[in-house]
Amino acid sequence: MRYDYHTRYRHGFALLRHRSDWIAYGLLALVLLAIPLFASTYLVGELGYVLILCVASMGLMVLTGFTGQVSLGHASFVAIGAYAHAWLMAQGVPFALSMPLAGLIAAAAGLVVGIPAIRVSGLYLAMVTLAFAIVVEQIIGMWRGVTGGFMGMLVETPRLMGYSLGAPRVFYYVCLFVAALVLLALANLMRSGIGRAFTGVRDSEAAAFSLGIEVNRVKIYAFGLSAGITGLAGALMAHHIGYLTPDAFTLLLSLDLVLMVVIGGIGSLRGAILGAVLISLLPNAVSALKALLPESVARQSGLEIFVAGLVLALFVLFEPTGLNGRWLKLRLLVETFPLYRRDTFRRQKAYMKSERNR
Amino acid sequence: MNTGLEILAQVTVNGIAVGAIYALVAMGIVLIHKATEVLNFAHGDLLVLSAFSAWALIHHAGLPFWLVLPLVGLGIGALAYGLDAVVVRRIAGQPQFAGVMLTIALAFMIRGAVSMGFGTESQSYDTPWSGQTTDLLGVAVADLSLVIMGVVLLIAAGLWLFFGKTRLGVAMQAASQNQLAAHLNGVSVKRLNSLVWALAGVTAAIAGIFLAPLSLVDTSLWLITLKALAAIVLGGFGSLPGAVIGGLLIGLIEQYAGVYLPDGSRDIAPYVVLIVVLILRPRGILGEAHGRRV
Repeated sequence: MRYDYHTRYRHGFALLRHRSDWIAYGLLALVLLAIPLFASTYLVGELGYVLILCVASMGLMVLTGFTGQVSLGHASFVAIGAYAHAWLMAQGVPFALSMPLAGLIAAAAGLVVGIPAIRVSGLYLAMVTLAFAIVVEQIIGMWRGVTGGFMGMLVETPRLMGYSLGAPRVFYYVCLFVAALVLLALANLMRSGIGRAFTGVRDSEAAAFSLGIEVNRVKIYAFGLSAGITGLAGALMAHHIGYLTPDAFTLLLSLDLVLMVVIGGIGSLRGAILGAVLISLLPNAVSALKALLPESVARQSGLEIFVAGLVLALFVLFEPTGLNGRWLKLRLLVETFPLYRRDTFRRQKAYMKSERNR
Repeated sequence: MNTGLEILAQVTVNGIAVGAIYALVAMGIVLIHKATEVLNFAHGDLLVLSAFSAWALIHHAGLPFWLVLPLVGLGIGALAYGLDAVVVRRIAGQPQFAGVMLTIALAFMIRGAVSMGFGTESQSYDTPWSGQTTDLLGVAVADLSLVIMGVVLLIAAGLWLFFGKTRLGVAMQAASQNQLAAHLNGVSVKRLNSLVWALAGVTAAIAGIFLAPLSLVDTSLWLITLKALAAIVLGGFGSLPGAVIGGLLIGLIEQYAGVYLPDGSRDIAPYVVLIVVLILRPRGILGEAHGRRV
């Protein structure tokens, strides 16, 4: 067991409190920086994609995990970010300027979706976002002048100060940079006033309101911020895909993002990242699994989605706090060994509670 | 002028036929939501499963349609009962979001199992009414559409009688209003909720069996869940008559948008309606107004 002994005021709110944290995260950073030096190009490309999904998943975590607003349509913001970025680049806007602009455009779209969030909540909000995502997908398909419609649109190679960033090994560092930046920004934001307001709105709107938090405004901020970050991920995604079509941003991507957030563990950035890593590696794991299965089963195509559903169901039923919760339990087990008590995390018996009158 | 009227009549009939299916699916979802407050995203996949099972029974086992209908209906009903009794019941008391996630997970599993079990190719099968039309006041109506409208009307009337007149139906209503009070009055709430799931499963199976010959037997049929959601919201959440009205309206809106509005608006019309209704009038046409409780 470890006890904190603060000798300075700032120790109380340092992001990394212990020397062991510094060592662990430093090692992680070193490994992430060194991977392109020895890994294959394919692996580096895949890892870049995992990092992009981490950014998108953190974006959704701000909304669903921290503010408690469900969104089943976040693929629309990925799509808006991707198309805005590709279009701006095609107009000659430099890469370094186009990415933040794409994020801002997605954030503006998020603000628009946030407005109904004032009036509806819970299931209704889930349905509004779901419908919004479908509408956006169709509009992208129809708006041929800007998006190229269902034919698609080529994304230009990213360039920074004359250097091409298109090669997977180089682009990996771009993704890593953005992911680290977003993680740091969010980790700090969640400790600031607005971040606490997000959590307050999630836990009890009435309590937050009575403490002087303007609930409606906070919800809209959360939507804007979340959509902006997801839009950034979309801009990166545009380069990863290389050729944009509406098919890349279907309902399945929205649901995948929700899966990441739920499996990772609602309300933690670590969860968002763990969830993104798990979900993006799941298809690979399934294809590895297929090698072990008999030929007749392995040839069928439904196995991926079946396994994704199974994993989600198991997490919802048996570990609602997600990977992050499991991680915290494991850490406590190691730290307090051999005094760990299983009942620390025992779930209380819950009874049906109506949410009909909210 | 006359042709314009004829097109209008034709489109209206088509809209009502499609809307009847939406209404049937919407009723199934509302049933479950009223009883357990779980929004069942797996409903569309139960429908897909029943369509594929019906196809397999008709084509591979060579059974007649009239035998397949009750077989698949009972089978899917039993499956839905099991889903609630074994899986969904466990999350009672958790936030609503958990129910959404769990049913999405179930939907994924059913969809995966269907494409593993029946293949991913689209299939089709014939019903006793395929290819026949009836002339109704100068409008040619496919017999299948008429049968669908009749079946939906029958089911709606049956449900109305069931919930109004029978002991079991009244018990279900009581349980959906207040589970604890119903339990204290001797209603076995758990069994009833599973029975509601079974009932909804049967409606999903019937919807699937009748929808499949209209389009194709395909895993993308599950998307009807989303249109049914639009219907539920339009009609008023948690209201069975609302679900029927909403379903018919969404069917009509979709067909009219396809004919009278620019290309592509047919695909987004139901969702635009959903968004607009939720923003302007969240309780829909027949929904009850709820006070906001702190």
